[in-house]
Amino acid sequence: MIDNLVIPLIKIAIVLNATLVAVTYMVLLERKVIAWAQSRLGPMRVGPYGILQPVADAVKLMIKEDITPVRADKWVFTAAPIISMVPALIVYAVIPFGPEVSLFGRRVTLYVTDVNVGLLYIVSVASIGVYGLILAGYASNSKYPLLASLRASAQLISYEVAVTLTLVSVIMVAGSLSMVSIVRAQEAKHVWFAFVQPVAFVIFFIGGLAETNRAPFDLPEAEQELTGGFHTEYSGMRFALFFLAEYANMIVVSSVATTLFFGGWLRPFPNVAALSFLDFIPSWTWFLIKSFVFLYIFIWVRATLPRYRYDQLMRLGWKVLIPLAIVNLIVTGIVKVLLS
Amino acid sequence: MMLSAALFIIGVIGVMVRRNIIIIFMSIELILNAVNINLVAYSNQLQNAIGQVFAVFVIAVAAAEAAVGLGIILAFYRNKETVNIDEMNVMRW
Amino acid sequence: MGQSIAFYTLAAFILGFAVLVVSTKDTVHSVLFLVLDFLFVAALYVLLGAPFLAAIQILVYAGGIVVLYLFVVMLVNLKRPPEAHQDPHRQTKFGLGLAVAMLVELGMIGWSSYASPARPAFVAPLAAMPVSGNTEEVGWLLYTSYLIPFEIASMLLLVAMIGAILLAKREL
Repeated sequence: MIDNLVIPLIKIAIVLNATLVAVTYMVLLERKVIAWAQSRLGPMRVGPYGILQPVADAVKLMIKEDITPVRADKWVFTAAPIISMVPALIVYAVIPFGPEVSLFGRRVTLYVTDVNVGLLYIVSVASIGVYGLILAGYASNSKYPLLASLRASAQLISYEVAVTLTLVSVIMVAGSLSMVSIVRAQEAKHVWFAFVQPVAFVIFFIGGLAETNRAPFDLPEAEQELTGGFHTEYSGMRFALFFLAEYANMIVVSSVATTLFFGGWLRPFPNVAALSFLDFIPSWTWFLIKSFVFLYIFIWVRATLPRYRYDQLMRLGWKVLIPLAIVNLIVTGIVKVLLS
Repeated sequence: MMLSAALFIIGVIGVMVRRNIIIIFMSIELILNAVNINLVAYSNQLQNAIGQVFAVFVIAVAAAEAAVGLGIILAFYRNKETVNIDEMNVMRW
Repeated sequence: MGQSIAFYTLAAFILGFAVLVVSTKDTVHSVLFLVLDFLFVAALYVLLGAPFLAAIQILVYAGGIVVLYLFVVMLVNLKRPPEAHQDPHRQTKFGLGLAVAMLVELGMIGWSSYASPARPAFVAPLAAMPVSGNTEEVGWLLYTSYLIPFEIASMLLLVAMIGAILLAKREL
């Protein structure tokens, strides 16, 4: 009873809280990193070195006036940010933060659950996230958001294909859909999958950038082109939800990339006994460090690269990434058959 | 099984009663889903995975049919500006 | 016991949303109810021991096909509801009455079969499967016994893709 109900509930509570706190501090991290990349200091006033800036942001967004446009579809207008946020949060149910540990005399696994079709679950939940975008644009009952949301959703579903194909090649190497088995397969093969499948990793990362509407693929929310994109008409807490959903999606993509391509909770060179002095660092810390590196790369890319035009973006997705992903899949299959 | 039959009937009602062609297409999807539920239920009861395999094929066929059907709707809409099937009578002058 | 409660709750939701799909005036709301319906059907698949199929259902149906419907609904953005005028050839009440009669018959069949003792169903002999686990089983069947339908399905999807692109182009 305790094992089946109470412990997962505690895990869910911890994971959700940690995610939400992490998401709010991502905002601060992004502003700081982009500022440093541009030779300035970023938020410095609120708290020492601007640490309490997210609190100020949250308070501001919560006390803002909540405007709903006239003749906007009320239910859909309210539901769209929720539909955007929920998939980003429920993916954490299958991401493994670490193997079994002993806590208070019990064996507790550091992941909420291990579904047999874990990776497929992540991809299908990500495809639900598209609805938040479409419905936000539609429900705003005004031209700019509608155009922006149609563009954004077309971008999302195009890159979804490329990302899913790369995930299939990872599954072929690992031999299982469950996330925990993929990490254990990396442990058994003594190599992180990023070195076995570099092309897949690159495509996954670029696709992840496009899936989360991050620069250089952030045309849907570009202020200069579309006056704010699909969340133009949103204000206050609803806008905050969209904003947080984007950062939560970013963290999800980083976590999934870490688990699939960089060994999840394994320390570097897990089978080299000479480096076992690194074992005192707990497994979930390795996971957090690796995810953090990816988040940093996300922000770094945003600070550095210019924005893609929409037709360039679609051309990249359909004419470059998808053929590359298919070729990668075929080559992986051939190599696997030849090696067995 | 009762559930899938009931869902099937609701889908058929939708196809017959509504006039908006997009809703008719969606009712067809409901019918296909009812069939899928039936297949999976039998696969569960007889402990044979063939039902699920067939359900995968049904989903694939439904995807193909939805794509082509929506393409036809779009092409028709460009010509005649309506989605009311009572007005889609080009073959009858 | 818990399983049958779950089944009846899911069944109630599925049927409820299905009725809403065919009866809502606003097309966009109809599409949204369809999505919710598909999500509940996926939950039903998980209950029936087919997690792979549930994930495929969400990925393809709810995440792909209904997005397509939503796009088309927005591109065909109508100002007046299409049910504005009546067609003299259409006999709506007759159709509805027939459907209600069918539902009542269905209920009666269900009740009578529930009351009478069940006969043992003919179980097809299960071939010895060298893999275990639901996904692996479906995959095994797809790639060995049902390889030809699999290839034909992929050809069908290719043809449908070409057809949809051609139909939607403005000038050929």
